[in-house]
Amino acid sequence: MKRLILWVPLAVFVVFVGFVAIGLYAPAERTVPSALIGQTVPDFDLAPAIAGRPGLSSVSLRGNGPRVVNIFASWCIPCRAEAPQLEELARRGVPIDGIAVRDRPQDLAAFLATYGDPFRTIGADNDRRVQLELGSAGVPETFVIDANGVIRHQHIGAINPQDVPAIVAAWEAAR
Amino acid sequence: MIAEAGLAALWLAAALSLLQLFLGIAALRPGGEGLLRAVRPVAVAQGVLAALAFLILIWLFLRTDLSVELVAANSHSAKPWLYKFAGSWGNHEGSMLLWVTVLAVAGGAVALFERKLRQDTLIATLAAQALIGLGFYAFLLFASNPFTRLFPVPVEGNGLNPLLQDPGLAFHPPTLYFGYVGISIAFSFAVGALVTRDVGPAFARAMRPWILAAWIFLTLGIVAGSYWAYYELGWGGWWFWDPVENASLMPWLAATALLHSVTVLATRDGLRAWTVMLAVVAFSMSMIGTFLVRSGILTSVHAFAVDPQRGAFILALLILYIGGAMALFGLRVGTVKEGSRFDLVSREGSLVANNLLLSVILGIVFVGTLYPLGVEAVTGEKLSVGPPYFNTAAGPVALILVALMGAGPLLRWRSDRPSALVTRMSVPVLLSAASLLALIVLAPGIGIFPLLGLSLAPGVAAASVAPLWKRNLRRTPLFTWGMVVAHLGIAVSMAGMASESAFTKETLVAASPGQTMHVGPFNVRFDSVEPVAGPNWTAIEARLTARRGEGTPFELRPQARMFSSPSTPTSEAAISTVFDGQLYVAIGEEDQQGRWQIRLWWKPAVTLIWFGGILVALGGFLSLIGRVFRERRSAAAKEVAAGADMPAKEVLV
Repeated sequence: MKRLILWVPLAVFVVFVGFVAIGLYAPAERTVPSALIGQTVPDFDLAPAIAGRPGLSSVSLRGNGPRVVNIFASWCIPCRAEAPQLEELARRGVPIDGIAVRDRPQDLAAFLATYGDPFRTIGADNDRRVQLELGSAGVPETFVIDANGVIRHQHIGAINPQDVPAIVAAWEAAR
Repeated sequence: MIAEAGLAALWLAAALSLLQLFLGIAALRPGGEGLLRAVRPVAVAQGVLAALAFLILIWLFLRTDLSVELVAANSHSAKPWLYKFAGSWGNHEGSMLLWVTVLAVAGGAVALFERKLRQDTLIATLAAQALIGLGFYAFLLFASNPFTRLFPVPVEGNGLNPLLQDPGLAFHPPTLYFGYVGISIAFSFAVGALVTRDVGPAFARAMRPWILAAWIFLTLGIVAGSYWAYYELGWGGWWFWDPVENASLMPWLAATALLHSVTVLATRDGLRAWTVMLAVVAFSMSMIGTFLVRSGILTSVHAFAVDPQRGAFILALLILYIGGAMALFGLRVGTVKEGSRFDLVSREGSLVANNLLLSVILGIVFVGTLYPLGVEAVTGEKLSVGPPYFNTAAGPVALILVALMGAGPLLRWRSDRPSALVTRMSVPVLLSAASLLALIVLAPGIGIFPLLGLSLAPGVAAASVAPLWKRNLRRTPLFTWGMVVAHLGIAVSMAGMASESAFTKETLVAASPGQTMHVGPFNVRFDSVEPVAGPNWTAIEARLTARRGEGTPFELRPQARMFSSPSTPTSEAAISTVFDGQLYVAIGEEDQQGRWQIRLWWKPAVTLIWFGGILVALGGFLSLIGRVFRERRSAAAKEVAAGADMPAKEVLV
């Protein structure tokens, strides 16, 4: 028994190596949907990320018509790439609410000034709590939410031009 | 030519580490005694060559030699010299070269200065250090060469990420690496002692100063990193439970446990197998941390590209070194004799409790950091673990640990009466109870963790200095002072953390010049906005005047900067430190009505977090000086005594 204990560290290490090796060579396809699709958004209330503009809460997502919620950050490079597509969505009449993850108002304002500002409201998610509760693991991610606050569709990663029709379709289907 | 000289130095250092390994093995075989003398100089030469390669890289960065790919990708001729200098380790290849340099220099230092360890154990230690070095030299030379040339030579470099253009870059990575990689010495000592079956008090006494030295640097590096993130990243937080932060915290937790268990081994010859295991685990955590950060496996969700080649290379090294050391442990440690026994209520008992609790926290952080990987490997599901988990799981354990830390040093070695402990702890317990009552009455509604932290802190601080009670302070050994200062530092730091999370005030306003804002006890007037310029940036600078009640007004100048190379906006917060906290101001963009985004924080007692951390490192330093000084003196005394009445044979040992 005592001799077996001496091998426990090695066993723990072998398990670690196993997990890590799988992680290292896992298929590049990492788009696993949020567990919350088809469910109502969890309760949250985010303070405004920009002074003088509204923040975002779960209450404002319920009963206000279908909309798109975009999780982004000024420090996130792919978010810059997807900015024109968000503008395109806004041009097609899709209301977009933003959740800024671990961001600062001054950086955020600079980001919006440079890459465009299609957002109706932006909530500041400084400790990533809301992002995690929505089932999102990274930035950028985009959710389509219907009038009852139910998550209908999730897009993981930057929105490329060819992804725009699918998101518009999901938004129209949510009406 | 300079870059080629650096590459040559690196190859030579790698060749010497191979020689060091084989010489060490040959010297330990029967009949190899003649080779014993050759190992030390080789280890020193290897350290010198690695340091030379690193200095050459710094030289290339200082000259902005754009024919070197790494310099062109990460530097710019218009950058201030400090960031050219520090930029040499602000990238993957440069930081790995620094990593290997610290490894080689630490090995060289052991070869130069270590005199207490048994000769054969020392040689085995140096051979183990050479074996680790060999793998990482191979990683540098084959997968991350910092000296690769670039043709055609570009006209200008890409510049350094402006977030890194801060004096913090000059201080934080080298300090952290000295600790992070310096702890490799403990790993090699453990492997060496397992090979020669030399685990005992003498081994522990020889290993202790090296652990202390690495641990001091690690502590300072973490404190510096925390403060840097606090003012440069400016989310107003000082710890984010980010995988990269956890990668530096895990070796610190293991090294702190090791520091305490090695004391039991040195003083009472107990915890032999456990100490050896901790020494292996501490550096294993450093290597795993390096792997997690360098392979990008954890931060790779969307934003970064994974480099599986480099990741796989380091993973192979991990399997070789950690797997090898743990297998050696399983095979050999059974033959290490049981150490001395002791009672539960005793100094040893409290140190065992310290070790168990530190290990539990280490386990919590380890699991939290790797849980996303494990879940993904098993179910394919992608998730991430945030501060709620770490704070809830590690917080209570840390509070118990800190409370026990107050009691431990008041216990006697081997066995003590519980009633005596109760008497000695009466003042600290009363202090904590009084603080708890005062907080409940005066500051109702603060969270349970800050509340417990704030009420524990005064009691633990009092208990920490209690070992000095009724002692002649001038004759108290320096390492006792070290322990007192370090434990006091933990109490101070905890008070800062608890106060920051309980009492921070924050406001975000859109203000026009002339307007006055309020945060905490301060009135802040927004005076004006001016353009300013630096060597490689231009900025909008806000001038604000803050005043507390009727006190003396003082000025704050936060900036929104635009760096020219690469062109990136950053925010430079203005932080004003007063005796009981910090006022933190950041400025954002101007809106259509000519109003500016201004965010203000009042963080009472926040500076105690880092001040406490510095006290902890200072305690380690006092302890180190005390140990080295005392060993010198006792060695000298022994030599005199031995010279007087012993035959020459004893002196040679």
